[in-house]
Amino acid sequence: MPVYRLEIATRPGLRDALGEATERRLIASGVEPHGVRARKVYHLDLGIDADEAARILAHLVDPITEIGALGMLDDPPGAYLLTVGLRPGVTDSVGHSVARAAADCLGRPLAGAAYSSILYALPGLTEADAHRAGRALHNPLIERLRLDTAPRALDLDVPRAGAAKAPATALIPLRAADDAQLLEISRAGVLSLSLLEMQAIQRHFADELRRDPTDAELECLAQTWSEHCKHKIFASPIDYTDPQGQRRRIDRGLFRAAIRGATEAVAERRRALALDPPGEDFLVSVFHDNAGVVRFTERDHLVYKVETHNSPSALDPYGGAMTGIVGVNRDSLGTGLGAELLTNVWAYCFGEPDHRGALPAGLMHPARIREGVHHGVIDGGNHSGIPYSRGLELFDPRYAGKPLVYCGTVAVMPVLSAGRPTAVKRAAVGDHIVMLGGRIGKDGIHGATFSSVELGDDSPAQAVQIGDPITQKMMADFLHEAREAALYSSLTDNGAGGLSSSVGEMAQATGGAEIDLALAPLKYPGLAPWEILISEAQERMTLAVPPDRLGALLELAARREVEATALGRFTDSGRLVVRHGDQLVCDLSLEFLHDGVPLPTLRARWGPPPRPLSPPGALAGACPQDQLGATLLALLRRPNLASGEAMARRYDHEVKGLSVIKPWVGVRRDVPATATVMRVRHGRPEGIVLGEGIHPYYSDIDAEAMAHAALDEGVRRVLCAGARDDRLAALDNFCWPDPVLSDRTPDGEHKLAQLVRCCEGLRAACEAYGVPLISGKDSMKNDAFLGGVKISIPPTLLCSVIGQLPDVRRALDLTPVAAGDPIFMLGPVADELGASELERHLGLTLARAPRTDLAAGAARYRAFVAARDAGLVRSAHVIGRGGLALALAHMTLAGERGLDIDLTRATAAADLDLTALLFSESTGRILFTARPAAADPLHQQLLPHGLTPIGHVAPSRGDRGWLRITSGGRPVFDLDSAAMRANFQAGLDDPRT
Amino acid sequence: MTLAPDPIHQLFGVDRARARELRVLVLTGYGLNCEAETQAAFERLGAAVERRHVADILEGGDDVLRPYKILAFIGGFSFGDHIASGRVFANRLRFRLGDRLARHIDDGGLAIGICNGFQALVKLGALPAVGRSVGSGLAPQSVTLAPNDRLGYRDAWVRLAADPQSPCLFTRGLPEGLVLEAPSRHGEGKLVIADPELAAEIERAHLIPLRYIDPSGRPTEAWPANPSGSPGGAAALCDPSGRIFGLMPHPEAYLDPENHPDWIAQREAGTLPPCGLGLHLLAGGVRAVIDGLG
Repeated sequence: MPVYRLEIATRPGLRDALGEATERRLIASGVEPHGVRARKVYHLDLGIDADEAARILAHLVDPITEIGALGMLDDPPGAYLLTVGLRPGVTDSVGHSVARAAADCLGRPLAGAAYSSILYALPGLTEADAHRAGRALHNPLIERLRLDTAPRALDLDVPRAGAAKAPATALIPLRAADDAQLLEISRAGVLSLSLLEMQAIQRHFADELRRDPTDAELECLAQTWSEHCKHKIFASPIDYTDPQGQRRRIDRGLFRAAIRGATEAVAERRRALALDPPGEDFLVSVFHDNAGVVRFTERDHLVYKVETHNSPSALDPYGGAMTGIVGVNRDSLGTGLGAELLTNVWAYCFGEPDHRGALPAGLMHPARIREGVHHGVIDGGNHSGIPYSRGLELFDPRYAGKPLVYCGTVAVMPVLSAGRPTAVKRAAVGDHIVMLGGRIGKDGIHGATFSSVELGDDSPAQAVQIGDPITQKMMADFLHEAREAALYSSLTDNGAGGLSSSVGEMAQATGGAEIDLALAPLKYPGLAPWEILISEAQERMTLAVPPDRLGALLELAARREVEATALGRFTDSGRLVVRHGDQLVCDLSLEFLHDGVPLPTLRARWGPPPRPLSPPGALAGACPQDQLGATLLALLRRPNLASGEAMARRYDHEVKGLSVIKPWVGVRRDVPATATVMRVRHGRPEGIVLGEGIHPYYSDIDAEAMAHAALDEGVRRVLCAGARDDRLAALDNFCWPDPVLSDRTPDGEHKLAQLVRCCEGLRAACEAYGVPLISGKDSMKNDAFLGGVKISIPPTLLCSVIGQLPDVRRALDLTPVAAGDPIFMLGPVADELGASELERHLGLTLARAPRTDLAAGAARYRAFVAARDAGLVRSAHVIGRGGLALALAHMTLAGERGLDIDLTRATAAADLDLTALLFSESTGRILFTARPAAADPLHQQLLPHGLTPIGHVAPSRGDRGWLRITSGGRPVFDLDSAAMRANFQAGLDDPRT
Repeated sequence: MTLAPDPIHQLFGVDRARARELRVLVLTGYGLNCEAETQAAFERLGAAVERRHVADILEGGDDVLRPYKILAFIGGFSFGDHIASGRVFANRLRFRLGDRLARHIDDGGLAIGICNGFQALVKLGALPAVGRSVGSGLAPQSVTLAPNDRLGYRDAWVRLAADPQSPCLFTRGLPEGLVLEAPSRHGEGKLVIADPELAAEIERAHLIPLRYIDPSGRPTEAWPANPSGSPGGAAALCDPSGRIFGLMPHPEAYLDPENHPDWIAQREAGTLPPCGLGLHLLAGGVRAVIDGLG
């Protein structure tokens, strides 16, 4: 059947917003076209005739603002015409919608596909510039580019994917292989299996099964044993040597010893103190499901999970990041019997946005990665109807090698659904295995194993998946209905490793599974059985469906236009058996699949990293005492501290109508909130409070200090906003450079020692603050090795904290409320400018990262919460990156009132100069305001915890706030909010405006 | 003992006991996503809300819309807003629900479209439907909601003023000079009326019930007070009967007083309202039905 081409453009004379935005984008990349116009192009390969194509066109064109043509519209004479479409097999959500619209229009189901692309008409360019424009407007990894000049020929080429004939299952001659061949099999297949692991597989097949493995079996083991899925670095025993040469062994591995150990210790203390009523443990489900579950109200639990999606985001920032957010959504959707998605969080670490100079070949400019990542998570979140609560960005040249893209989701889970405890999965022998959602293609093959290797020149293109949030939203709505009707007994997400992982994991519940891949719906023909088994094509969940519910489930799915296919049954055979029709593809024992991976003992050796300090006096020279105001203005402009509001407003933050303290606060709503607060159910007063801490720079001095600071700041943030201190939970997300000693990682022992110190520091902080770790993830190979250059990220720990508030009407934000209110700093400050924002700004190397006195901090927060709950606190903020000066700047900008600060007492109390007092990042501190009458009781209650009065709130000057600092009777600086705001908003432009 | 006055009645003039018999249909599915807050908003006003998947309505019988006095077309991203916002959804409704929708309108039913729902109602021809006669089915699309001048989605609160002369039942009876506030959250909200005669008729008949206003209270085309560059500050449309109403901002997201970005300052100033004031824009429809106008 013929292919038809539709072109749709904005009517001549009307404003073409996409064309204008494209022109700005091109100008930013050094090409100067005049009057760019954009067109939507759809190719219909749907088995239709020309009249039908014309009817479809008529229903797609906006009759008021658009014109369309079957074939081609007229082109501006002499213009270059750039067409950007997708490569074969890349998810084309718009194409899907066009096909759906076509079927609606013709009133009959259609076979085939529709393909979308965008055509840019670029008048006034040279050929060289047209090629440059092409490079700026497409990503060759996922998109194809076509360059024409007017007049052009009709282009009916479509990126049809697939092959007529699928490869059959092959046997891999493993038994006869020597060590070199084993490693070559692993490398050539992107299996990321070590020699030790390959040998274990070889032994298993030679000794027990007495045959060679199939390609699918080897792939299945590689997925299940991947660092991504198995967390081997966190599971392996470690020999740790300290700077004095003392050795000790962490036998249980870091996860059991430090992460789970922390949570078990906190749970034990909760029991000892009887903090929870009998049968109502705060910790409902931790560490064994897709996300952690904690108790919230009589009716609801809370679910929280944060993931990273770094490697795909480096290759295709838009698609990789979108998959990050919709993927973590599925983790919560697949926890217990399924939870309802409530809000998203994100945190990104990028190379410097204004990076100049050469980048290793194969790396995108950090600004382009940044734009793509934002855009991907914006579309993924917005189209799913999920607001975001927390967002932050950090920058460092070392993230140019691999960006970090943390995405997380909080969900609410009813304690009971259809009369069953929702937190409990209950797959049974005989239940059908049903795959739900999108179809399977080659997308995402080797995502799990690829994320376990460094980014290299030969990174596989198909490792990138692109999400389709609408397909997932329709699936999520369906799951909610199906859960309430008790149509399934268990479910999990199809993420890394695809069906091999999801079915393999669920099979553990019953002790076996058997599926037939020939039943699985494919996006296009030609996939080998092993590809079907491990594809990470998105928007899929795997369900366990009792036999008497299968009909109802499939019928509801059909009505909701959600694809559901029964692939097999759960068994108790002890084996994962996979067939393709009558061909046996995989037959592995679950025991070997899940517990057969050999764990080596890893070596770690700690010594403080050499860090040649700047000479004494360098700080005083670079930052004179009479320039402290100018220094604050300069800091406000630094990307790490500048307002990201322009970009962040592209994310929905109030769909669902539950927001209470939004991500941006203050009278101009442009200051990042200390923590955000939202209701969980309409008409109920209870709320959640979200905050986080992330301090990768401190790991350059000591990863333990980083861990303490990260958890401390997360806890402090949610306490400032009103969270109760006995219902806090945290998530740990580690992103590390490869910490295993090898030829390519000669400093592996140091990097592993950093990880040990980080984990043990985190455990100590969690125990001191009584905060369990309920979920987490590690991403351990964040290195790029390109063109002979290795770039490793700084070790980075994100601690995300979720708190609870019995009544959201008691929430606080950082905005000073009334003139005359006294301002206090709670908690001591020391000369801890090492790895601070000031240090980076001045280009110095200074001593001492912040050390956290955990016991003192815990006592201080208990006292603060008591004062806060007694109504003595009116607004509160953390002191963190940028120090006291930055926290005061936030309060000034938010309140547009005066802040009259006298640091005489503070300098005397801390015995510090003003530079350290203003910019030191000492942890554990809260900046807050109170009613004048509260000053006396606050003094009584908080004095032992380091309470220092530092000034008071004053009226604005005109409509502007101001920040005046004096010390010892002498003026230090006096800044107007307009000057502060100008810098604050200039530091991080929204690249799209 | 004195009975506390019902703030819903005080603020919005809605008698909740009488609203109980009013059935509101909230359509969900296909990527729409504001069902929970829209349902909650009408329930606060006392109405009986039913949330139903669009597919079940399409498959329903001839009278599937008959029990409902108000149809709520909610916000979201129907079918991803691929091609253009609301386009695929509106086509499907036109093909498969068009006659029943036209009958709902002819029978005196009300409808509100918020954001994506507004975009769909416009593309369905249900708004502004100037010159449409009873019994003639849905009108062809006559205006559109085009991409914002500043391309892309943005979430920020806007201020709105109602046209007191508009026939719109949802905005009728609002307190004189009231400034309405709600979040705006869209990428395609610029009202384009290509036909100058239609534009004149829309102005003459006061079919633009809400306009974005600047800090001085005047309608504005300037960003950010007007997020899209919509001409004359147009933020909404109604049909000549006033029963069909569409708007870009989200009143259902100002459900509780604490949804307002300044709620803490309002509380300190003693101006925090007892309910979310977004309900103003839904209450008019409820009042109209109770009073037999709808």
